[in-house]
Amino acid sequence: MIGIGKTAFGAFADRDLRSLAVEAGEKCLADGHVSPSQVEAFYLGNFAGPSFVGQNHLAPYIAGAMGINGVACTRFEAACASSGSAFFHAVSAVSAGLYDVVLIDGVEKMTSQTTPKVTEILASAGDTCGEVRAGATFPALFAMIARRHMFQYGTTRQHLAAVAVKNHANGALNPQAHMRKVITMEQALNGKPISDPLTVYDCSLISDGAAAVLIAPLERASEFTDKPVKVLGIAQTSDHLALDEKEDITTLRAVVEAAKKAYKMAGVTASDIQFAEVHDCFTIAEILATEDLGFVKKGEGGPYALEGRTCLRGERPVNTSGGLKSKGHPVGATGTGQICDVVTQIRGDAGERQIARHSLGLAQNLGGSGATAVVTILGAA
Amino acid sequence: MSGVVYTETVVHAAPEQFVADAPYQLAIISLDDGKRLTARIDGQRVAIGDPVEFVEDRSGISFFRKA
Repeated sequence: MIGIGKTAFGAFADRDLRSLAVEAGEKCLADGHVSPSQVEAFYLGNFAGPSFVGQNHLAPYIAGAMGINGVACTRFEAACASSGSAFFHAVSAVSAGLYDVVLIDGVEKMTSQTTPKVTEILASAGDTCGEVRAGATFPALFAMIARRHMFQYGTTRQHLAAVAVKNHANGALNPQAHMRKVITMEQALNGKPISDPLTVYDCSLISDGAAAVLIAPLERASEFTDKPVKVLGIAQTSDHLALDEKEDITTLRAVVEAAKKAYKMAGVTASDIQFAEVHDCFTIAEILATEDLGFVKKGEGGPYALEGRTCLRGERPVNTSGGLKSKGHPVGATGTGQICDVVTQIRGDAGERQIARHSLGLAQNLGGSGATAVVTILGAA
Repeated sequence: MSGVVYTETVVHAAPEQFVADAPYQLAIISLDDGKRLTARIDGQRVAIGDPVEFVEDRSGISFFRKA
C-alpha cells in the first residue's frame, strides 16, 4: 500500500458521484506521489451507481476525469463488498505481475434518493425472486439474524446497543465521519424501530463518499512512500445469496472461510490481530464478525462488546474509525474506506483515536447478507 | 404446506413498494420437507419455534399463519 485518500463521508447535496470519486482518487495519488500517467490500471468499486444516479460505465468515466486514460478501467459490483472485491482483484493482478502501480477507488452517492427508494435499491442485493419479493429489506434480513442469534446464544438488546455506543464514541473522534455524535446506552436502547429487534441506532448510515488506495509491488514501495504498509493476507469468498438458503444464519460462512484463508496466507492467527475494521452494517453484524473472524467463540460476541474489550482502549479495538454505524456507509466506498482506516492506524496517523498496538490490523468487508466476504490483513512493512 | 418459524422480524421501515403494508411480519419458515422459505405472516404475530400453516399466495407473496 503506497497511498490512501478519502473524502469525508456524509450527505452532500452539492456533490455528484464523479466529483467524490475524483477527490478521493486525487488525494490518494498525491499521498503516493504518483502521477495519473503512472497508473497502469484503475479498479472501481461501486454498488448501484446506475440505480442511485442513473450513470453506467463508471470506471472510465471517473478515471478519465483524473487524467487516467488508455489503461484497463473496470467497475466491480459485489453489493456492499464492491470495493473490497475491487481491491482483492487489484492485489491479485499486481501479485501476478500484470501491473505495478494500480489505483483502486470506491464510491457511492446515495442521499439524492428518498429513504424508501434507497431501501429498495439496497434490497436488490438480496434474492429479488424470493426474500425481497416477500418484503425483506436489509435491516429485516439482519434483524432475522439477530433474532436467531438471541434465540441460540442469549444475545440481548444491550449487547447490540453496546456496539452502537462504542462506534459512535469512536466516530466522534474521526473528523471524516458522517455522524460525529456520542450516544448513550439509553438512547441506543430506545431508538425508533426499523425492523424488530433493530432500531435506528442498530443501523448504519445512508451516506455519500469515496475512498481510494494505491498499491505497488513491495520491492518498489520505497520509490513512492517512506511509510509503506504490507498486504500480508487477503481472500474473497462467497455463499448463497438468499438468507433462507444458508444453513445456520448465526454464522456467515463466507467470513469464516475468508478469514481462514487470509490468516493462512499471512502466517498469523486470529489472536495475533491487534485491531480490526469490521463490516458493522448493523450492530449484530459486528457481533457476528468478531465471532466469525475467531476473536471470540460463537455466541460470545455480545458480551465481548458489552465488556468493552473492543473499545478504543480495549484489548482489541474494533472499528476505531466509528465503523459503518458512525463513520457512514456509502456502500461502494466501504471496502476501500476500511483499508484506508487500517492503514491510517498502522502509520500512526489516527490522531485522537490512535491506538497503542497498531502494527497488525484486519479489514472485513461484507456483501449482502454474507454472499460475498473479503478479509484483508495489513501490517507495517 | 406447514412448518415452524426459524426466525422472524416485524418490518417498520419498508421498501418503496411495500410502504403501505408496514408494519408487517416477515419470517423464515422451516417447512416440513426440510426446505426454508421467506414468507409473510398473516394475523397473530409469531415467534421462533411456533408452528405455522400456509394461507395463500397474494401477488407472488406466500402468507402463513399460526397453526
